[in-house]
Amino acid sequence: MRTLHRFHGGIHPASHKALSTHQSIVRAPLPNSLVIPLRQHAGEAAKPCVSTGDHVLKGQRIGTPNGMLSSSVHAPTSGTITAIALHQIAHPSALPDLCVTLIPDGKDTWIEREAVDFRALSVSELQQRLRDFGIVGLGGAAFPSDLKLRHRIKVDTLILNGAECEPYITCDDMLMRERANEIVRGIFILRHALEADEVVIGIEDNKPEAIAAMRQAVCAAQLDYAVVAVPTIYPGGSAKHLIKVITGLEVPSGKLPTDIGVQCFNVATALSVKRALDDGEPLISRIITVTGNVEQPRNYEALIGTTLSDLVALSTAKSDTNRYIMGGPMMGMVLPSANVPMVKASNCVIAASDALFPPAPPALPCIRCTRCVQVCPAELQPQDLYWFAKSNNFGKAQEWSLADCIECGACAYVCPSHIPLVQYYRYAKSEIRERSAEKLAADRARERHEYRQFRIEREKQEKAEKLAQREAASRSAATAAPSTPSVDDTQQMRINEAIERAKAQALAAHPKNTDSLTPEQQAEIAAIEARRAKILELATDAGADDEPHKIS
Amino acid sequence: MLSSPFVTAPTRVDQIMLRVLLALIPGITLYVWYFGPAILVSITLASLTALATEAVMLKLRDRPLKPFLSDHSALLTAWLLALSIPPLAPWWLVVVGTAFTLVVAKHLYGGLGNNPFNPAMIGYAVLIISFPAHMTHWLSPHALGGMELSFAQQLDYILHGILPAGVGLDAVTMATPLDTLKTQLHLGLSVNEIRDMPIYGRLAGHGSEMVALGFALGGLYLLFTRIISWHLPVVYLGTLFALAGLFHLYDPAHYVTPVFHWFSGAAMIGAFFILTDPVTSPTTAKGKILFAAGAAVLTYLIRVFGGFPDGMAFATILMNICVPLIDLYTQPKVFGKKEEGK
Repeated sequence: MRTLHRFHGGIHPASHKALSTHQSIVRAPLPNSLVIPLRQHAGEAAKPCVSTGDHVLKGQRIGTPNGMLSSSVHAPTSGTITAIALHQIAHPSALPDLCVTLIPDGKDTWIEREAVDFRALSVSELQQRLRDFGIVGLGGAAFPSDLKLRHRIKVDTLILNGAECEPYITCDDMLMRERANEIVRGIFILRHALEADEVVIGIEDNKPEAIAAMRQAVCAAQLDYAVVAVPTIYPGGSAKHLIKVITGLEVPSGKLPTDIGVQCFNVATALSVKRALDDGEPLISRIITVTGNVEQPRNYEALIGTTLSDLVALSTAKSDTNRYIMGGPMMGMVLPSANVPMVKASNCVIAASDALFPPAPPALPCIRCTRCVQVCPAELQPQDLYWFAKSNNFGKAQEWSLADCIECGACAYVCPSHIPLVQYYRYAKSEIRERSAEKLAADRARERHEYRQFRIEREKQEKAEKLAQREAASRSAATAAPSTPSVDDTQQMRINEAIERAKAQALAAHPKNTDSLTPEQQAEIAAIEARRAKILELATDAGADDEPHKIS
Repeated sequence: MLSSPFVTAPTRVDQIMLRVLLALIPGITLYVWYFGPAILVSITLASLTALATEAVMLKLRDRPLKPFLSDHSALLTAWLLALSIPPLAPWWLVVVGTAFTLVVAKHLYGGLGNNPFNPAMIGYAVLIISFPAHMTHWLSPHALGGMELSFAQQLDYILHGILPAGVGLDAVTMATPLDTLKTQLHLGLSVNEIRDMPIYGRLAGHGSEMVALGFALGGLYLLFTRIISWHLPVVYLGTLFALAGLFHLYDPAHYVTPVFHWFSGAAMIGAFFILTDPVTSPTTAKGKILFAAGAAVLTYLIRVFGGFPDGMAFATILMNICVPLIDLYTQPKVFGKKEEGK
C-alpha cells in the first residue's frame, strides 16, 4: 500500500455525481452545424488553414498552431466551411472569438488515418504529433500536451488525474468505467515519452467502479501502474494537490511539476494521446456531462463545436431552468447564453435554476472567523486577501501571495458571512496584471524618451565637435595654434551614467506578479490581452463606418 | 450570482452567534441556581438596550436594520457584559454600560467585524473605572445562610434603588472571592486560613466556582462543534495553570492553587467566550497561541500583583491592541513556498 499524504484544508460539498452516472456514455447525434473556435487551448489561437467554401473531411486540420504555446484544430466531421468569423464563445465576458462554421454533409467521411508506432518516434517527433493532432489537457486548463512532455530533470512519477473532485461532473468517471483499456494504453505512451520511473493513477474514493475498471485494465495489460484511491475532498483534483497527496511533494510556487520530477495528465487526455498515435485520430470529440436541472442527466460523447443548447436539449432542461453553468458549481462560469459551442475544455454543462442554486443571502461583514483559512488548500489567509482587495491594497495582496490562490472557491463556500471572496481575488488579480502592464508600458516610454534626449544631446555634441575640428583645422592651417580644448566629455559621461541608472531602475522595478507565472497563467494573460486587442479592433472597425477614423 | 462558486455551506453568522448564546445557558442556569434570578433582569435589560442601541446606530450609519439586528452579535455582547456586572446593580449601570459598549466600542469603529477591542470588555472596563463601588457589590450565594433579598426586593433595588428598611447593601452583598483573597492576603492571612472562610467552596468561590464550571461546559460544546478552535482556551487555561502552579509551588501560603485561578473570576468565561471573539483575536494559529498566552500572563499578573481584583478584561484589551502586530509576524508559509528560506 502506498502512503498517501494530506494537503491543508479542503471541503466536502454535496457531490451530486450519482445524477449522471446511471446511464452509459451516449454519442450525441450529428448536429446541423458546428462552430469550432480557433482558440480552444491555453495560448495563441490557431491560424485558420482553410477558406470559406472549402469541403473538409472528418479529422482534417482547419487551424494550425500559431507560436509555441498553441495547438491545432480539426474538422470534427466532413462538410463545408461556411464561415470563418467571430462567434460568441463560452467566456464570461460574452465577447466573440474567431470560429470556423462547418455544415456537416452527413457522411462523416474520415480523412486518411495513419496510425504510427510510437516506439519508432523520437520524443520530439511524438511531441510534434500531439501538436499536429490538437491534443490538449482535457481536465479544464486545455494546456497543449506536447509542451507537458518537456522536462529539464528526470521525471520520477507520472500521475494520471482521475480525481474529478468538482461536484456534478462525471465525464472522467464514466470514461474510466467504460474505456479503461484505451486510457491505460495512452498512459503507456505518455510514460514512454517521459521515461517516468513509476505511474500512479489517482482516483477519488467516491468512484469505486472507475477504480475497479482501471485496476482491471492495468492488470490485463500486465503493467505495474498503481491505481490509488485518494480521499474524496475538494479540490483534490487540482494537479498540484493531487501531486501532494500522491508524492508528498509541493510544486514550488511559480514552478512546474516537472521541476520536482513529477508530471500530471488527465485520464481523458491519455485516451486522446492513444487515439492520436494508435488510431491516427485527432482530438475532435470529448465526453461532456449534461446535468443539473434536466430530465435525463448523463454523459455525451459530442463533437467539438456542438452548440451547448443542442446538448442540453438532448437531456431536456426543466422549465424553471434560467441559466447554464459550464464546468462545476465550484469553479465553473455562468454562460452568457447556451448558444455557444462546446470546446476541448468543456467537461460539464449544468442547467441551473434558483431552486437548485439558491442565490446567496446579502453579504455581511467579515468577522475574521477564519473558516476560510481552515479550508484554503493554498494555505493563504483569505480574510486578509479579501481585506486587501477590498481596500485596493494590491501591493499587500501580492505580498500575501494572492498569485498562489487557485480560485477553488473553498473559502467562499464556507464563509458564514457569504462574502463572494473569489470575486474579490479575481478583481485584485486582474487589477494587478493591468497595472503591471501599464507600468511596463510607462517604463518603456520613459526609456525611449531618455534615449531620445541622449541622442539629441549627442548629435548636438557631434556637431560642435565637427565645428571645433574644422575651426582648429583652419586655424592650424593659418598658424601653429594651441591645441583645441578636448571635447567636454564629462557631460557625455553624465548622460551615459543617467541612462545606465534608468536601465537598472527599469530592471529592478520589474512587476512582481508577472515574473513567477506558470505557462498556464501566462497563456491566460496572453489570451486576455489578445481579447482586449480584439475588442479594440472591433470597436475601431465598428466605429469606422459612421465616424472618421480615430488616431489614438 | 454570476461568479463561482455557486454553492455554499449552510453556515451563517447568526447561527454561529446563536450557538454561542446557547453555550452560555448552562453557566447562566447555575448562576440563577446559586445567586437567584436577579442576573436574568440584568441580561434582559442589557439585551433590550443593546438591540435598541444597535438599531439607532444602524439607522444613523445608514445601514440596513434587518440583517444586522438578526445576526445576534449585539445580544451576545449584551449577555457577556451583563454577566460581568454584579446582578444587584442599579438598572442604569447596565443600560449605560451596554449603550456605551454598542455605540463606542462597536459602531464608532465600524460595526460588526471592525471593532479592534472586545466590546463587552471595553464596557466592563469603563464601568469598573467609572463606578467602582457599584461594580464590587456582588450577591452572596444562597447557601451561605446570610440575609437574602426576595426577588421582588431585588427588583425594587435594581429599578428604584430601594432596599428594605434596616437592610444595608453590605448585608446582602460581598466582594468576589478573588477580591476577598487579595484583601485578606494584604491583611497578613495565609492562603489556607483564607480558604477556610465560608465564602470558599471546593475549587474556588462558593457558587461562583459552579458557574465557572457551567461556562466551561458551554465552552466545551463550542469546542466540539468547532465554533471555536482549541488554541485560545487551551493555551489560555494552560498558561494560567502553569504560571499559578509555579507561584503556588514556590510559596503555597501566599499564592493560591492554579485550580482556584481557573474557577475564579472571569477565567472560564474569558477563555471560552471572551478571548475567542474572532473579530478581536488573531487569525493565525501561532498568533492565537501567543495571544492566549499573553492574556493568561497578564490576567495572572493583574490578579496577583495589580490593583484590580480580576484581570481578564484588561488582559483582553491589552492583548487586543497587539493583534495586528501578532498577525503580521505569525503569517504561515503558503503552499509551494515552504522550502524557500524566509
